[in-house]
Amino acid sequence: MLVSGKLLNQYRPKAPLKLRITSAVVLLVSLTWAIGGRSQDRAVAYAPADIRYGAQIYAAQCAACHGANGTQIGGVDLGGGQLRRASSDQDLRGVLANGIPGTAMPPFRFDPSEVTAIVAYIRNMRNFDTHAGNMGDANRGRAWFEGAGGCINCHRVNGKGPRIAPDLSEIGALRSADFLQRTLLDPNGMMLPMNRSVRAVTKDGKVINGRRLNEDTYSVQLIDEQEHLVSLDKAALRKYTVLTTSTMPSYKDKMSDQETADLIAYLLTLKGLR
Amino acid sequence: MMLKIYRLSLVCLAFLFPAALGAQVTSERLLHAADEPQNWLTYSGTYMSQRYSPLKQIDAANVKNLELKWAFQAQSLQKFETTPLVVDGIMYLTQSPNDVIALDAKTGRVFWVYHYAVSPDSRPCCGIVNRGVAILGDTLFMATVDAHLVAIDAKNGHAIWNNKLADAAAGYAATLAPLVVKDKVIVGVAGGEYGIRGFIAAYEAHSGKEAWRFNTVPPPGEPGHDTWKGDDWKHGSAAVWLTGSYDPDLNLTYWGTGNPGPDWNPGQRPGDNLYSDCVLAIDPDTGKLKWYFQFTPNDPYDYDSVQIPVLADMDWNGSNRKLMLWGNRNGFFYVLDRTTGKFLNGAPFVKVNWASGLDAHGRPIPTPQPAGKPTFPGIQGGTNWYSPSFSPRTGLFYLSTWENYSTVFTGVDVDYREGLRYTGGANAAPIPGADNPVGQRSGPVNTYTEALGRGAVVALDPHTGKRKWTFDMHDVNVSGILTTASDLLFSGGREGYFQALDARTGSLLWKVNLGGEIIAGPISYQVDGKQYVSVASGNGLFVFAPRDAN
Repeated sequence: MLVSGKLLNQYRPKAPLKLRITSAVVLLVSLTWAIGGRSQDRAVAYAPADIRYGAQIYAAQCAACHGANGTQIGGVDLGGGQLRRASSDQDLRGVLANGIPGTAMPPFRFDPSEVTAIVAYIRNMRNFDTHAGNMGDANRGRAWFEGAGGCINCHRVNGKGPRIAPDLSEIGALRSADFLQRTLLDPNGMMLPMNRSVRAVTKDGKVINGRRLNEDTYSVQLIDEQEHLVSLDKAALRKYTVLTTSTMPSYKDKMSDQETADLIAYLLTLKGLR
Repeated sequence: MMLKIYRLSLVCLAFLFPAALGAQVTSERLLHAADEPQNWLTYSGTYMSQRYSPLKQIDAANVKNLELKWAFQAQSLQKFETTPLVVDGIMYLTQSPNDVIALDAKTGRVFWVYHYAVSPDSRPCCGIVNRGVAILGDTLFMATVDAHLVAIDAKNGHAIWNNKLADAAAGYAATLAPLVVKDKVIVGVAGGEYGIRGFIAAYEAHSGKEAWRFNTVPPPGEPGHDTWKGDDWKHGSAAVWLTGSYDPDLNLTYWGTGNPGPDWNPGQRPGDNLYSDCVLAIDPDTGKLKWYFQFTPNDPYDYDSVQIPVLADMDWNGSNRKLMLWGNRNGFFYVLDRTTGKFLNGAPFVKVNWASGLDAHGRPIPTPQPAGKPTFPGIQGGTNWYSPSFSPRTGLFYLSTWENYSTVFTGVDVDYREGLRYTGGANAAPIPGADNPVGQRSGPVNTYTEALGRGAVVALDPHTGKRKWTFDMHDVNVSGILTTASDLLFSGGREGYFQALDARTGSLLWKVNLGGEIIAGPISYQVDGKQYVSVASGNGLFVFAPRDAN
């Protein structure tokens, strides 16, 4: 468990209090999210969407050597946290990226969303039910993206669609399954500040609306509604506003679980040019 | 008196015949570096570490006429954190991993390059960086990322001796510019993310023989050891990764120390964890500790206290006093009496919620935030290691700050394994999916934005700790600061602008976009009667001077 015997005996009141609070939160979170097995980061919560995605990748990329249960290599028990070269999740990511020289473990070129998923799965493979959850169908997801969902009216994928909203051609490499799911439900909360819409009024009254691409102390760079790349000198503006609400609607209660799973499965296939 | 005249004539000579003179940099010259404003003889300019230049040819009236005189392109894509030395027209700088370059400070043309082959065991936590060399006589001294100390001939760039400080495979590294005091070269080791046991050590300049070593985590039987439980001290870190200062009258060097290990899990190392997050006053001859002051006992937030100890002699409540000014990563500004280490004043200079304040002795009153809630300032601190500046003319202390910036910390038990990270938990941006602001981003797009924090250059009145002025930036500010006798302030930041501000008001006087993050501190020097200002940006070193009259 989280609290070791050593920690219970400490004399500073601050840390036990923190640990008690952490334990409570962890307990709460564990009702819906999985908590990792024996690992350095055992207080870290792993999202179901990531674990499911990780199970898929594990089956395709890892199981041949490590076995379905993660115990096929002598002295290594992935699910039980028995690893020779890694203790923390960060170590694990390092082994995935670099391999282990002199052994059969090669370096893998996984993208960030895949690494997140594999780590989440490994930390939870002991209690993962292969029939639990639903990875969705990417083809159905694409149909929804381009049809009923209307995503393509704002987002661009592989050269198709406008550039008003962020281009999603590589989103499946950049963002984890869980991140994508949460963004669908809460676009305002999940929108990266960098993608915020801005509104500028020049000194001669011209209004420029667009999506921010970059900003510094003296200037801002954006793509405007006509898809022009515009760089503005802040000193030459009468007004400059950064909007904190997303133009993307929330899909909470607007999609079935199946549609959500399908859409995420599709988005995870978008890895950019390889 | 005799000595003073002698020194004055030396200064005159240096002005007249800088190249011809070619005098060795004696320890006497280092003591009086302020009398040679044309040179930049130590990492922070002088032993007082004010990063203040007495030069005033460049001033508020002509700063807008600054133009690029030359640039040096580092053969490396690592962060460029070097502060060059300038000695009688010759500049010595370092590039990653551990190359030393000697060049003509007027033209940038290179005399020689010394290349040090770094051990593959080297694993510095946060970039393969080096911050500069020290000089004594005709010898340069460089600490290396595989934890060696190398002496190099300043005339021909050949190594003279090479000493191992500690085991690189166990996570030890050295990134700081050494401090030369009398006949000794003093360095500290980095590695606070690997559960090392920190130390400061002095080496005889001529031989490389170790003269003394001070362990920044005291072993059993030494004072301070009782601030650790069990074997926790063995991996207690307290790394030393920035150059110290020196007061010759008190014969004391001052060093800031880093976080205790593991970084974010204070529950795993109960106690105050001395001498982590401290300033240490150490006798340069013996290595004996005269006094210490701890900024953040049992630190849960990686609030390294490695900031440059800025020494100032100034009026304090009616009497002239030897002070130390310190803008700490933990968000508080401190004034200490550097003779005794006594706490005189302290106040937050950015938003702080991890402590409600400081008690009468300067000890923080902790207010740990609930799990999952942001702690202010975040992991990079209210400021970090980048050099602040003090101007004896304005009496103001200047520092780069991170404003309205926080991190969500999670402490988790971690087992120590040699050579692996020993950080004990995680830190996250308070906005989901946002770049984790560990300070590693150096690209030209600000993905960080105002929502996660922004930067500023801040002028503090040491007497009150209150802001005299604030120069707001959009991106976070990771730059060192230089002030001059013409009341100019030079600084950069992550945006890549190099800018000159009015040191009295904070108003912008001049700026140029150098296109790469400015992390290092600017310096100023003079050759053939012309004043230069130089700064590292991105992977280049850029040198400016006023446009010639015709």
